[in-house]
Amino acid sequence: MGMTMTQKILAAHAGLAEVKAGDLIEAKLDIVLGNDVTTPVAVDVFDKAGFKKVFDKDKIAIVLDHYTPCKDIKSAELCATARNFAKRFDITHFYDVGNVGIEHALLPEKGIVGPGDMIIGADSHTCTYGALGAFSTGVGSTDMAAGMATGENWFKVPSAIKVTLTGKFRPHVSGKDVILHLIGLIGVDGALYKSLEFVGEGVAELSMDDRFTIANMAIEAGAKNGIFPVDDKTLDYVKGRFTREIKIYEADADAVYEQEVVIDLNTLKPTVSLPHLPSNTKTVDEVSGLAIDQVVIGSCTNGRISDMRIAAGILRGRKVAKGVRCIVIPATQEVYMQCVKEGLAEIFIEAGCALSTPTCGPCLGGHMGCMAAGERAVATTNRNFVGRMGHVKSEVILASPAVAAASAVKGAVACPCELEEV
Amino acid sequence: MYQGKAFQYGDNVDTDVIIPARYLNAPSAEELAKHCMEDIDINFVKEVTPGDIMVGGENFGCGSSREHAPIAIRASGISCVIAASFARIFYRNAINIGFPILECPEAAKRIKKGDTVTVDAESGVITNVTTGEVFHATPFPAFINRIIENGGLLPYLVKKQEGTLK
Repeated sequence: MGMTMTQKILAAHAGLAEVKAGDLIEAKLDIVLGNDVTTPVAVDVFDKAGFKKVFDKDKIAIVLDHYTPCKDIKSAELCATARNFAKRFDITHFYDVGNVGIEHALLPEKGIVGPGDMIIGADSHTCTYGALGAFSTGVGSTDMAAGMATGENWFKVPSAIKVTLTGKFRPHVSGKDVILHLIGLIGVDGALYKSLEFVGEGVAELSMDDRFTIANMAIEAGAKNGIFPVDDKTLDYVKGRFTREIKIYEADADAVYEQEVVIDLNTLKPTVSLPHLPSNTKTVDEVSGLAIDQVVIGSCTNGRISDMRIAAGILRGRKVAKGVRCIVIPATQEVYMQCVKEGLAEIFIEAGCALSTPTCGPCLGGHMGCMAAGERAVATTNRNFVGRMGHVKSEVILASPAVAAASAVKGAVACPCELEEV
Repeated sequence: MYQGKAFQYGDNVDTDVIIPARYLNAPSAEELAKHCMEDIDINFVKEVTPGDIMVGGENFGCGSSREHAPIAIRASGISCVIAASFARIFYRNAINIGFPILECPEAAKRIKKGDTVTVDAESGVITNVTTGEVFHATPFPAFINRIIENGGLLPYLVKKQEGTLK
């Protein structure tokens, strides 16, 4: 019986010739990741269990991105715990304020993760690296501690949903619309315990940043991982960044899929997810005009340079609507610097946006943009659960950078096509 | 064997409502427990007593990877969670910290808030004492039972290294 791409990577890391859906395996890890929220819990568990060393200081990444620059004393204490652990074991990939970026934009950019890798991260959006043709999944802090101590962990081999992409994007449509549309189609538990394997001629149409956005939100369909085949775009991206050996895995021709979904990119329209589930999708033309108070452009989902370019392209020569707060957060220092070099930073500031240092802050209602009762945001983030961006009676509408920027200008949910020429 | 009154919730109970991110900087399990479920059930913390049982629908614990979610539920006094299905990271986290969870769609559908429920985690037998109904949860694979029996993933790994596994 043939294996899916995910199953091939799992088998290779478990030292097995073959695995099948449902098998429980123990597999070797290439990278173990944690952030300032999850690492302190992992450190506590690691120390209580009595471990005295980490399996490999070059294969652990600790990224202080959630509440940084620290929003309060409690957050500062958490960061101190993570920082001291990184220092104690001389962790190679440790990122702190000044060189930090949002972990899932940062690790690919720094070449810490690459094709064929097996990665766990104590953050649910760790599934992002599937864009590079890696197996990558979110876990908890105890899993992180186990991974740091032993370089291994246990996994249940997932079955897969095959998502075939065809056609080409129409204007103002991007990777975010693909993944929101898919989640709307299959639901927030539509891929529970499963892989989402993206294939088809439409994949070539997607930029790497589109693929990162799509893989990033696989978890919002309940998936264990989302994964893309490795092609020339992938190899171009990792060139000069990733220095370990590139391993390319492909699904067998007779791989077994539990379900198949076809998405024709030609038919996709700008899409949003209304409160309070990512699966509550509508096309923008159905909800255009819904008033908003805030816009957030950034996050591990959409804080990369292509996202910034799209948003700036719409905000150029325009102003954020009166009464709307627009917060733009480049995901990493490299993206931030690029925004400065290309003049995007100036466009954002001229338009009346707040431009911030990299942080996860507002996405999880941590800091840098929490909302009051009755307020509503359009955000390029990944979750719109009750209370996600602040007060339990505030609302988040998920959207692409293009829709978020257009909405900031209009002061209401809007498609860029609704804006007047400048 | 656990016995307590049931707190019943619907589908897709996410980790942001189990423990909102604004409290993730709390330094202890007890501190987290004070805010458990508050965004969907402000009375939960006031009403819960040690041993009580939480019941959810499909995809319980979806969203973030925060282990703070099962930690907060356990520290609130809840002895175990029954759901129709669990989101996979929550499922792993509960097993890894040795917190009993049971997958049982029938029980999740039939148990009402306030019912007295007993759970035999080992056999997976769930009894609704209030109505007399008996349910059988899907048993865990042997490998997962070994992790739970040994007190969670880290104690399991330590004992595995020492050769003292149960």
